[in-house]
Amino acid sequence: MPESIVTISDLQFSRGEREIFSAVNLVIPKGKVTAIMGPSGTGKTTLLRLIGGQLVPDRGDVVVEGKSIPALSNKELYISRKRMGMLFQSGALLTDLNVFENIAFPIREHYDFPETMIRDLVFMKLEIVGLRGAYKLMPSELSGGMARRVALARAIILDPVLMMYDEPFTGLDPITLGTIVSIIKELNQALGMSSVVVSHDVSEVLSIADYVHILSEGVVAASGTPEELRESDSEWVRQFLQGLPDGPVPFHYPASDYHQALKGGSL
Amino acid sequence: MILESVRNIGHKTLSIFQRVGQASIFLLHILGGIKSLLLRPSLIVQQVYSAGVLSLLIILFSGLFVGMVLSLLGYVTLVEFGVEGSLGVLVSLSMIRELGPVLAALLFSGRAGSALTAEIGLMKATEQLASMEMMAVDPVKRIVTPRFIAGVFSLPVLTAIFMAVGIYSSFLVGSIWLGVDEGSFWSQMQANVDFQHDLINGFIKSFVFGVVVMWIAVFEGYHAIPTSAGVSEATTRSVVYSALAILGLDFILTSIMFGL
Ligand SMILES: Nc1ncnc2c1ncn2[C@@H]1O[C@H](COP(=O)(O)OP(=O)(O)O)[C@@H](O)[C@H]1O
Ligand SMILES: [Mg+2]
Repeated sequence: MPESIVTISDLQFSRGEREIFSAVNLVIPKGKVTAIMGPSGTGKTTLLRLIGGQLVPDRGDVVVEGKSIPALSNKELYISRKRMGMLFQSGALLTDLNVFENIAFPIREHYDFPETMIRDLVFMKLEIVGLRGAYKLMPSELSGGMARRVALARAIILDPVLMMYDEPFTGLDPITLGTIVSIIKELNQALGMSSVVVSHDVSEVLSIADYVHILSEGVVAASGTPEELRESDSEWVRQFLQGLPDGPVPFHYPASDYHQALKGGSL
Repeated sequence: MILESVRNIGHKTLSIFQRVGQASIFLLHILGGIKSLLLRPSLIVQQVYSAGVLSLLIILFSGLFVGMVLSLLGYVTLVEFGVEGSLGVLVSLSMIRELGPVLAALLFSGRAGSALTAEIGLMKATEQLASMEMMAVDPVKRIVTPRFIAGVFSLPVLTAIFMAVGIYSSFLVGSIWLGVDEGSFWSQMQANVDFQHDLINGFIKSFVFGVVVMWIAVFEGYHAIPTSAGVSEATTRSVVYSALAILGLDFILTSIMFGL
């Protein structure tokens, strides 16, 4: 196992009464693409926010680059975050700024670079995502796929060492999807970024991930390389990876008997 | 049954205190952003435009009509006692002491405060605030503080405009339509409005209202439940709480200022 960039140990986290993670242990290796998979609502986004320090665990530790994130002061946390990039599910572009200014935003906030340098940096990233021609458009003028690519350019503008992608494949047309998959691969291979891809799109994830963790019911249910997981003899893992509707994970949310309900019994 | 309702009241009271505490900490956080904001005044200028300039039209129109109505009603009463020459005093004192600060603040909360709550709430719902945090930018200092400061300083200016327009429109109605003597309208006003007491107190009110309206607006927006229903509820709460706070504080401030 190569050196790790993120180590999560014995993580517990609840929202109100609801326990989302009971005891999560996982390691994200440096310089690799690690996938975190699991059904909707298992807390994949929550896990990314815990890594980014936007949420604080109730118990356990999240260590990124040797620093315990929950223990950092606000200032130290902000310094650490400059080394992380996050692609949000919705893109989360700032709606009152155009594409160019959105991507330039982190630079303008943190550094006092000359305008020509900002221009070069922004256009370099726009070139990577193939949207150099769209630099003047406002977020409202972008399609969903374009917005996600702009958000990706913004997320990598400060050259993070750890890049987190929250559901980067959902709701994309096949061509944009292919582009995003290849950009993730390229960033990882060319720039050596460590990547965490959160997703439930099995085939895309398995095609780019070096390592996969599957979350379920508050714990890591299975881990391994894509090959290992494909050959796993756990029925649960097979059900998840092959997308079978029913199996150890029931298709139905717990409910009363269907026939009884139709006959006017209790719901 | 009784026990339950007592418990409910206790619960409600606690949650109100919790919210007030939360809002106070939030205000400190906002004020903590002022120092870095001083280095980037352009951020405030943009917000003065959206809070102040865009509220100008409604302030002008309301000032115009309130002044005219005040003039008509005041005249009807004053003329019975044969002192319609004091119309200027009546109008300007009610404008400066009470109607200017209160009505301008109510209009401002409806126009600028609600828009601000919705804007910040939507930024939260669309993860813009969260994405800023991940870019190591503090959204309170970057987004909330400039808007708060711009609003607090826009309201007294808008209030002054409201008062001036209202007094002038009442003069026009009084002198042109009702035939009040122009000279006594202005001279009696000058003799009876105490600059220090009345005008300064009017602006203190207006400043306090500005702080409260903006505070409520940004707090509700920032703590809105990040869904469309949540943002719409927050916007409603922002306007309702602002109105109640303005009227309640107006009573308290008036009783302090005019020594009752
Ligand atoms: N702000 C929040 N407040 C309360 N509960 C939340 C909040 N955000 C998410 N949750 C709940 O936490 C659980 C995990 O959410 P999330 O991490 O978004 O799941 P995933 O990304 O795996 O679909 C969900 O059941 C969701 O309802
Ligand atoms: Mg999610």
